Parts: sequence; structure tokens; C-alpha cells
Amino acid sequence: MQIEGKVAFVTGASRGIGRAIAIKLAEAGADVAVNFAGNAAAAEEVAAEIRKLGRKAVLVQGDVSSTKAAAEMVDSVIAEFGRCDILINNAGITRDGLLMRMKEEDWDAVLDTNLKGVFNCTKAVLKYMMKQRSGKIVNIASVVGVMGNAGQANYAAAKAGCIGFTKSVAKEAASRGITVNAVAPGLIATDMTKILPEKVLEEMTSGIPLKRAGLPEDVANAVLFLVSDDAAYITGQTLHVDGGMVM
Amino acid sequence: MTTFEKVRDITVEQLSVDADEVKMESTFIDDLGADSLDIVELIMAFEEEFNVEIPDEVAEKIRTVKDAVELLDKEK
Repeated sequence: MQIEGKVAFVTGASRGIGRAIAIKLAEAGADVAVNFAGNAAAAEEVAAEIRKLGRKAVLVQGDVSSTKAAAEMVDSVIAEFGRCDILINNAGITRDGLLMRMKEEDWDAVLDTNLKGVFNCTKAVLKYMMKQRSGKIVNIASVVGVMGNAGQANYAAAKAGCIGFTKSVAKEAASRGITVNAVAPGLIATDMTKILPEKVLEEMTSGIPLKRAGLPEDVANAVLFLVSDDAAYITGQTLHVDGGMVM
Repeated sequence: MTTFEKVRDITVEQLSVDADEVKMESTFIDDLGADSLDIVELIMAFEEEFNVEIPDEVAEKIRTVKDAVELLDKEK
């Protein structure tokens, strides 16, 4: 399942699932553009890990919710590597709260990063993938986008939107040898879920058939499969990595 | 190179057709086998080569090679 010599652009790659994906793709032979929004030190660490694996890494700072910034970031990846074979739309944020109390800016912030960010980066990369007549795009959705979750109306809406977007672009780009899939993680042990109260985590875990939270590497393994040639005939799908939460 | 020659070369590259198939009266879709995505790619390639911006409502009216050549000559 190697992706030797491919160029991958991973958004939100300084921490959590994005970090695991960036390193996993490098292990499988890809050069990686590591996008981050704010935490340069963490991103630099990821780049160092990738270089230790003998692959090239570049840091690409920018906010995916800005159409202009996303286009500039993708152009810089192309300038650096001459191509872009793999796009992983992973960057995401949460602003949890019950809808009755949810502020407009909480809605907008989550939709802007988690959904518009996917649009921005995909559109910018697609231009090059179309010309290359090849490409793999994986969008990191969420189990919440399928099941819903009290307190996450904004996040669930963005992630469900991401799944619909995945299917539509899969249809549009298929004739050019480009596949577009989504991975829907369940409860994964990252900074994003660490903030949940112990009791909530316990309750969630007890509802998972495999009885444990997943690891970022579990998600990264699924992503690697989808961007490898082993998954050449798979497009428009949402692969659930959630210990069986959704069946 | 004339505008026609540039348009022809881009069309040949994008649509993988022979240069002598591309005539002024050729329609991109019916004669040259373009699909809707090919048209989008052609327009983007024209924009890049001629350094112009073609609005969607103008792009929609481009059916033949002649339409493209005339538009690009006007924009130049």
C-alpha cells in the first residue's frame, strides 16, 4: 500500500488526526505539505518527523476558511513540489453548545473552517489534479455528521455537508481519474476530545461496540488505504472508523 | 501565433483531438467531443494563455472555435 513519490497536502496537520495522517503518508513514501493555522512549533515537529523518515516536508501556514489563503497555499505547494497528488481536508474546529444558546459566530466559525475550508482547498487543488488527470482527495468528516449529536448542531451540519460535498465532487471529477472519499471518525483520543468531561467520555465509550476510543493512527490507516492504488475503484464513499458506532 | 492557432493548440491538448480536426466552424461539444468538464477546462486554459477573465455568462455562449477566437480577439 505504498504511495512512493506522491505529494500530499494535509490541512490541520500540526496536531491530532492530521498529524497522524501526515506522518502515516510520509511513512508510505509521500512528501508532505503540512498546513497549520497557528501552532508553528507543533507543525515544525511534524515536519521534523517526516524528514526523519527521509521524505520532504514543507510548512504551509494559513487559514483554510479564507478562499484567497487556500489558493495561495495550494499554489505554494505546487511551486515547491511541482504537483499535488493527494489532498486531505482535515482542518477542523469545534464550538460546542446547545442550539438554543449557540451564537451566530459559533455557527459561522465552524461552518467556515469545517465546510467552506473543504470547498476552498478542494477547488484550489482540483485545478491541478484535473490537468494531471489523477488525484486522491479524502475529507475528514465525522460520525456526528451521520448520527447527529446534542450540542454540536454546527459541527454536525458542517460534517454532514462535507459528506454531501464528497459525493458531488466524486461524481464531477471521476472522469479525470480523481477519487474523492470521506473518512468519518468516531470518538478518537485527541486534543479535541480531551476537553470532554470524564463522565461523557465514559458514556460514549460504553456505547461503542469495540468499547474503546480510537487512536489518530486508526484514522490515518483508513486514509492511507483510500489514497493508495488499492482503493482505485472506490470513490464517493464514507468510510467509518468508529469502533462500530454507526452500522 | 494567431489567436486561432493558440486556440487550436489548447483544444488539441485538452481534448486529445488531431489539429486538423479543429476548424473555425467546429463545435466543441458535437464535433470535438467535449463534455461539460472539458469546456470548463478549456475556458480556464484560454484564460491562462490569453491572461483574460471570461465571466460564466460569456463562457456559456462559446459553442464553436470561432466563438472562442472572436471573444479572445475582442478581449486582447
